[in-house]
Amino acid sequence: MTLIHFFLTHRMEIAESTGEHLWLVAISMLLAIAAGVPLGIAVTRKPWLSKPILGTANVAETIPSLALFGFLLPVPWLGARADRLAIAALAVYALLPIIRNTVAGIHGVDASVREAAVAMGMTGRQILFRVELPLSLPVLLAGIRIAAVWTIGIATIAAAVGAGGLGEFIFRGLAMVDNRVILAGAIPAALLALVADIGLGLLERQLRHARQ
Amino acid sequence: MEHGDDSPVIEFRDVQFRRGENVILKKLSLAVRAGETLVLLGRSGSGKTTALKLVNRLLEPDAGKVLVENRATTEWDPIRLRRRIGYVIQDTGLFPHFTIENNVGLIPELEKWPEARRTERVAEMLRIVGLEPSQFAKRYPHELSGGQKQRAGVARGLAGDPPILLMDEPFGALDPLTRAEIQKKFLAIQQKLRKTIIFVTHDIREALLFGARIALLEAGELAGVYTPQDFLRATEPIAAAYVATLQKPVSGYFRRSEA
Repeated sequence: MTLIHFFLTHRMEIAESTGEHLWLVAISMLLAIAAGVPLGIAVTRKPWLSKPILGTANVAETIPSLALFGFLLPVPWLGARADRLAIAALAVYALLPIIRNTVAGIHGVDASVREAAVAMGMTGRQILFRVELPLSLPVLLAGIRIAAVWTIGIATIAAAVGAGGLGEFIFRGLAMVDNRVILAGAIPAALLALVADIGLGLLERQLRHARQ
Repeated sequence: MEHGDDSPVIEFRDVQFRRGENVILKKLSLAVRAGETLVLLGRSGSGKTTALKLVNRLLEPDAGKVLVENRATTEWDPIRLRRRIGYVIQDTGLFPHFTIENNVGLIPELEKWPEARRTERVAEMLRIVGLEPSQFAKRYPHELSGGQKQRAGVARGLAGDPPILLMDEPFGALDPLTRAEIQKKFLAIQQKLRKTIIFVTHDIREALLFGARIALLEAGELAGVYTPQDFLRATEPIAAAYVATLQKPVSGYFRRSEA
């Protein structure tokens, strides 16, 4: 049976796993953005927060993914369901690039623009929402793009704790010593990462153009 | 108005400002009267920009007081204070993601002017600085030349109709011809609107052109306050050194071998 034939006969399964995979990635990315952007803003407002927040995110990043899934297993509510556990772990990985780029984006706003905003009597909120965040959007988006590509890759390991996704094929293929099965997980995962990278990259470029 | 004719709109009283060990301003005392343009003239590092930023409370004095309309800046609500003070800087600080119209109309918008009045005000301000609204209102700052951006910056500073205007070398980055053009335009605006203006520059010609009075700053200290006429006749070494740069004959600009 050729690879193409294998893909065709298992297309429903592959599609289902791809859907699961996307769902894991999407939810964890949303959580990471919801937490990461405010944390990044906090760092720019209170510089003393920089070390604890970025430090923690940095350390979390260095934990091998399989180990992180293991560590989270005994956590009461999280460990109860495999998908919860996987989403939490993936969100932790996505956090660092998002926080870091939020900080970089806001710090990158032209000093004279910020000074003018303050001097015109804009409030801190107005400066954040009308000047700093819109101007840092391309950099923030670059962080989201990095996080999305990582998360799509790491999500294949979620299958190890039974959370499903394209990793199912990879682990099964490893056990069966069948490359076709491994590729049935690896190829769609690689394509997803590629599409996310290119799509978000285009969006980022458009934003940069619109605002330069 | 809450102040009488003689009472200054802006007053520095024994103002000191330090940055770490460096004393940027030493015991500065200076008053700016209603409707006058006071030029702060000095070389880089003389403290003139610092003095300007003390007025709209971008900075606060370490000692002494800066009074705006008879109230210390530290006693003002900073937002209220800044909305009464137009601010025009060399880098313009135009928001790159706002159209010129939205840049100029920002303070009226923050002040919740009705839309019709806002639109009208923006068009009026653009015309006053010599930017045709139909041509420029919808453009973004990056689509403008340096001189046009600077005009838009002046229009933005004036849009909220603030009684006070602070200008920090607003025309310093322009080429000489564009600068002369925009200076002429601003001179007309100045005479028409009669705002209280503090104008920071290192350019003696610009100081003589705009200043009702010229306050000369040197290393954080006030070296004297002059009318333009007095300044030209001044015998004090610092003022005289500035005046001397004016009298350089054209041949002085050539190297000896070429002259």
